[in-house]
Amino acid sequence: MPEAEARRPDPSISLILRPKWLTARARAMANERGRGARFFLLSLIGALFWVFIYTLLYKLLVYFRGVPDLGPFLAGKLLGMILIGFFSILLLSNVITSLSSFFLARDLDLLVGAPVDWLKLYGAKLLETGVNSSWMVVLLAVPMFAAFGSAYHGGWLFPLLVIGVFVPFLVVPAVIGSALTLILVNVFPARRTRDILSVIAVLAAGGIVLLFRIVRPERLARPEGFRSLVEFVTVLRTPTSPFLPSDWVQRAVLSWLQERPSLLPVYLLWTTAAAAFVLGALLHWKLYPIGFSKAQESGERWARGGGFGRLGHTLFSPLGILRRELVLKELRLFFRDTTQWSQLILLTVLVIVYVFNIKYLPLKGEGVTFFLVNVIPFLNLVLAGFVLASVAARFIFPSVSLEGRTLWLLRSSPMPVRQLLWAKFWVGTTPLLILALGIVFVTDWLLQVSDFMFAVSVMTIAMMTIALCGMALGFGTLFPQFETENAAQIPTSFGGLMFMIASVGLIAGVVVLEARPVYGYLSARLYGTQTSPGEMLFGFGAAAVLCVAATIVPIQVAKRRLEAVER
Amino acid sequence: MISLRGLTKNYGSFTAVDAIDLEVPKGELFGFLGPNGAGKTTSLRMIAGILRPTSGEITVAGVDLLQDPIGAKQRLGFIPDRPFIYEKLTGSEFLRFVAGLYEQDGPEVEHRARELLALFDLEDWRDELVESYSHGMRQKLIISSAFVHRPEVIVVDEPMVGLDPKAAKILKDLFREYTRRGNTIMMSTHTLEVAEAMCDRVAIIAHGTIRACGTMADLRRSAEAGTEGLEQIFLRLTGENAARELVEVLNA
Repeated sequence: MPEAEARRPDPSISLILRPKWLTARARAMANERGRGARFFLLSLIGALFWVFIYTLLYKLLVYFRGVPDLGPFLAGKLLGMILIGFFSILLLSNVITSLSSFFLARDLDLLVGAPVDWLKLYGAKLLETGVNSSWMVVLLAVPMFAAFGSAYHGGWLFPLLVIGVFVPFLVVPAVIGSALTLILVNVFPARRTRDILSVIAVLAAGGIVLLFRIVRPERLARPEGFRSLVEFVTVLRTPTSPFLPSDWVQRAVLSWLQERPSLLPVYLLWTTAAAAFVLGALLHWKLYPIGFSKAQESGERWARGGGFGRLGHTLFSPLGILRRELVLKELRLFFRDTTQWSQLILLTVLVIVYVFNIKYLPLKGEGVTFFLVNVIPFLNLVLAGFVLASVAARFIFPSVSLEGRTLWLLRSSPMPVRQLLWAKFWVGTTPLLILALGIVFVTDWLLQVSDFMFAVSVMTIAMMTIALCGMALGFGTLFPQFETENAAQIPTSFGGLMFMIASVGLIAGVVVLEARPVYGYLSARLYGTQTSPGEMLFGFGAAAVLCVAATIVPIQVAKRRLEAVER
Repeated sequence: MISLRGLTKNYGSFTAVDAIDLEVPKGELFGFLGPNGAGKTTSLRMIAGILRPTSGEITVAGVDLLQDPIGAKQRLGFIPDRPFIYEKLTGSEFLRFVAGLYEQDGPEVEHRARELLALFDLEDWRDELVESYSHGMRQKLIISSAFVHRPEVIVVDEPMVGLDPKAAKILKDLFREYTRRGNTIMMSTHTLEVAEAMCDRVAIIAHGTIRACGTMADLRRSAEAGTEGLEQIFLRLTGENAARELVEVLNA
């Protein structure tokens, strides 16, 4: 068929990626209610975040510039640490994203079945992986480099240099991440790989946080803690690793800012990126067909937890048939989804770090007053509240959205919507309540607070946890993401942002309302003044009313909203 | 058993279902036919209580669905066209969960679930996660779930999609036996042969309105179709001429 041979189709990378672009555009242009307000709010928060990062770094760098001799080392060390952080995040993010874009995406059946050249497919999917994994790092990098550029007078060519070094810096982890995933998929089935990766990712992230905390970096801020100045300077001068792209970016940027431009790191970055792309493409050519075929294998066959089913059946029997089955279903879905429960590891790490911080607070010895020891656990409630809000955003907020595809079953059954919300609320709230009370018990014990403060902190954290869970469920139903399959993406949606803003409002409201009676009590203990029962009643009563309202109102709104959902 | 009065559904300015009146008596297997986008799925999802009608009334087994949705849904089972179910439950856990939604459990439900799984050759898969099931197996599991709580009325959207010939035959027999026992089934289908062979009566819907309703003999009369089969009557009543243009398209 010479004629057919002559007209062999060869779809371009831009054609392969066109549906992604059109989908993103359609989503952005969709005529949804409140789109303008949403866009405005997100832009405002984004701009404030940029200004905050920029100002913080700029002030720090200007301070470093004023430090004789050590200043450049400090700035270099700071840039190096940020860049190595970026590189680690990019690598991890690319590994996880590439699993989805190269092996599990819905468009793959169409693309792999179509006459698409393997190199074009690799290029398109690598670009998709890179963009999806890197956009957040790029957004963070903009104010960071802007601060470096303006603090050290980088000139108008500095942004071009940054683009020139940052693009290959993004390419390298994208290629390495995709290649790692490709190898993993060839060893394990794709769906198993997803489970393994989610656990590895969470363990890695948790490990980094834990290690960082145990090292106690705050000691670095005090050079007097080092044996000699030489030792301190040596630590600062040591490059992170001369073979890492982050180090090359650091050297390229610093040499430019110190007016001794060096092109070697730029060459290294571009040549490494090019070589990585070629090697990655070769690996893709060799292994992708086998890996993709393996990825089509179905998921796990056998269910875990038969014993749990029988135990749960007995344990939840007093709830009645409907509630028992709803609770069991929620628990089964949660514990069988590795991507969900693996987050628990990260949560445990966060809690350990949290307790660790409290343990090392310098609250003993001279100058530490009864007032300080008792105010800390009260302020501790704010931090604990934020931790709980983020946990609720991660686990409870997405729960209604995850019902999206199965809503037909729930809506066509005679089950009242309030029962579904009841089950979701208590399945989410109970562990969170145990966690919250556990944190407060342990930290109060470490701080050896008074009985009054102990009672206040326990009651407050319990009410706040219940309210935060109610709000998470309510906001999650009001801003559902029924089409999203990945639960991890749901809390980062606009609704998730609104929930976090509302949570901050609730925590602030509770703390402000309780501040006056707590202050009154501590003053009475310190100066022997009388406490005012009216002040106590009003402060704690209003905080309780706020928490009850924040629990009930969102759930009621969610109930009405869910009853009106048509899917 | 199913009664629709002036049933209408608007999506903005588009009318998907336009003032449908229909009566499906007890013990009847009723077919809902129509081209893509005619309003079949929308109508069935309204009867199942998933979509809320813009106007009109729906009565299921004598219970007004809009006034007493829980009461009406208790008597109803729904089989959707797309088999979306909880991937991380096993087949038997899913059936137990569905029975629980209807406040049913115990040895009777267990026995019924086992029988249904065996009927559709899913017995060996009962303790395996749904995520490992094929499309057809999921469809069979959903069909089983609609029967597990013994409803009086079953609403089915495209029941044969994804089923192998053996499962399709079992389903046909099951539907016949089920209606013979005095229950009612309302189903939409694209397979005209299935409708012709199985349904007691058929309604043909196009652009949200019912164009014809009755037995095959009634439809032939209303379409002045003589001895023509359902396909010709369908094309005549829905105004579809795409099939006739097939040769022209292939030649183009």
